[in-house]
Amino acid sequence: MSRSLQEAKHVLEYPYRRSVGPVLGRFFGALAEGRIEGVRTQTGHVLVPPQEYDPQTGEATGEPVAVASTGVVTAWAWVDRPRPKHPLANPFAWALVQLDGADTALLHVVDAGEMARMKTGMRVRARFRDERVGEIRDIACFEPEEAR
Amino acid sequence: MRDVAIVSFAQAPNVRCETERNEVEMLMPVVAEALAASGIARGEIGFTVSGSCDYIAGQPFAFVSGIDAVGPWPPINESHVEMDGAFALYEAWLKIQSGEVDSALVYAFGKSSMGDIAEVLTLQLDPYTVAPLWPDAVSLAALQARVALDRSRVTERAMAEVAARSRRSAKANPNAQLRGDFDVDALLAEPYLVAPLRKHDCPPVTDGAAAVVLAAGELASRSCARPAWIRGIDHRIECHSLGARDLARSASTEIAGEKAGAFTGSFDVAELHAPFTHQELILCSALRMAPSVSVNPSGGALAANAVMVTGLIRLGEAAARIHAGDARRVLAHATSGPCLQQNLVCVMEA
Repeated sequence: MSRSLQEAKHVLEYPYRRSVGPVLGRFFGALAEGRIEGVRTQTGHVLVPPQEYDPQTGEATGEPVAVASTGVVTAWAWVDRPRPKHPLANPFAWALVQLDGADTALLHVVDAGEMARMKTGMRVRARFRDERVGEIRDIACFEPEEAR
Repeated sequence: MRDVAIVSFAQAPNVRCETERNEVEMLMPVVAEALAASGIARGEIGFTVSGSCDYIAGQPFAFVSGIDAVGPWPPINESHVEMDGAFALYEAWLKIQSGEVDSALVYAFGKSSMGDIAEVLTLQLDPYTVAPLWPDAVSLAALQARVALDRSRVTERAMAEVAARSRRSAKANPNAQLRGDFDVDALLAEPYLVAPLRKHDCPPVTDGAAAVVLAAGELASRSCARPAWIRGIDHRIECHSLGARDLARSASTEIAGEKAGAFTGSFDVAELHAPFTHQELILCSALRMAPSVSVNPSGGALAANAVMVTGLIRLGEAAARIHAGDARRVLAHATSGPCLQQNLVCVMEA
């Protein structure tokens, strides 16, 4: 009898070097320095992460604005079993964090230890990596502001 | 506007993992069945358009080989969208509206089982501030569910009821993958997968393929005893920044519904593309769905979710209710992107 195989393993992997553009370039530059910057829209809203255009009006956004490294969780989801690619290896929360001074929320993770510590409206603070290179993962995670 | 109808629809049985056939082999019988049901010969089809995603196939420009399923010789008038086949159908509808052609074949394929679909979908996210964190599709849906729960737009019980109803309805659908009777209290006793979502709130991983034939005017009437005439079709997209959107409602569905005529008259059936339970509730709210409407009698995306095919199947299933004489007016919806970013609404009548 002739052999017939049913599967072919196939790994797709292409490294890219993308241009970030001036708006995100400034955001990542600030992250490398351990700061968070948003951008102000023409209607006065502050977008974090910054965008080149105001999603509400389509107008180009304006000058960069410093915001705090602290903020409020506006939504969260608890991961009991992190995937290998997730930013944290221990159970954690995905969260939308509206930083103090911003009008939009940033997606990141909260290292809260257990789900019982998470609630919408809780305050969190960014924990930066010691070695920063200018990328979103320069923020290692957010942590609850109140001590355990 | 020209009168354009869905005149035939065919789909492969939705399965967890199609190990024997590749995409072309899955598509060929489906395309042949849709063409045969329409009575329009392969060479007479004016326009062919497909929907698929290269990252699911693991093959850049996968549609180039997918086209083999339709036998493109002599060379045909063809297009492709890197989206669900429902959005390819929209392009076909436009092409017929332009007057250039009178018929179109629309097909879609997706073997979600070949990679890790929840992570493959991460690749559609912002490559600078979101994708490097690797939020998977279930995690993002869970964030949306949290917003909807916090705003009292949904409850975990209502979400479990959507899961139970979908899989109960799927018992009548021979092409569904996940079907059966589930007790809501038992579902709610299950642990969270990514809280607040439990396993039952999420779609199965599915391999599938589907095809639809569209025709205009006289040709449609000759091709089908009871064509499903498209009375309105529209799609809208929201911005990509998740933190800048109101995730508890679907503003794009509201506008697409308004433009497509979803807020006039009543519907017998609605096929909504909601891979997660809370998304069906958000969509029903956006479309002001009356309690009398039969929502997802096929079982919907919670019973079979071949990514890139599921939306086209919603249009096909809704049209098939009209073809069979079981419905007079139907609504079909398809979505794309994370957390219902983009939405298409189509209203069809007998």
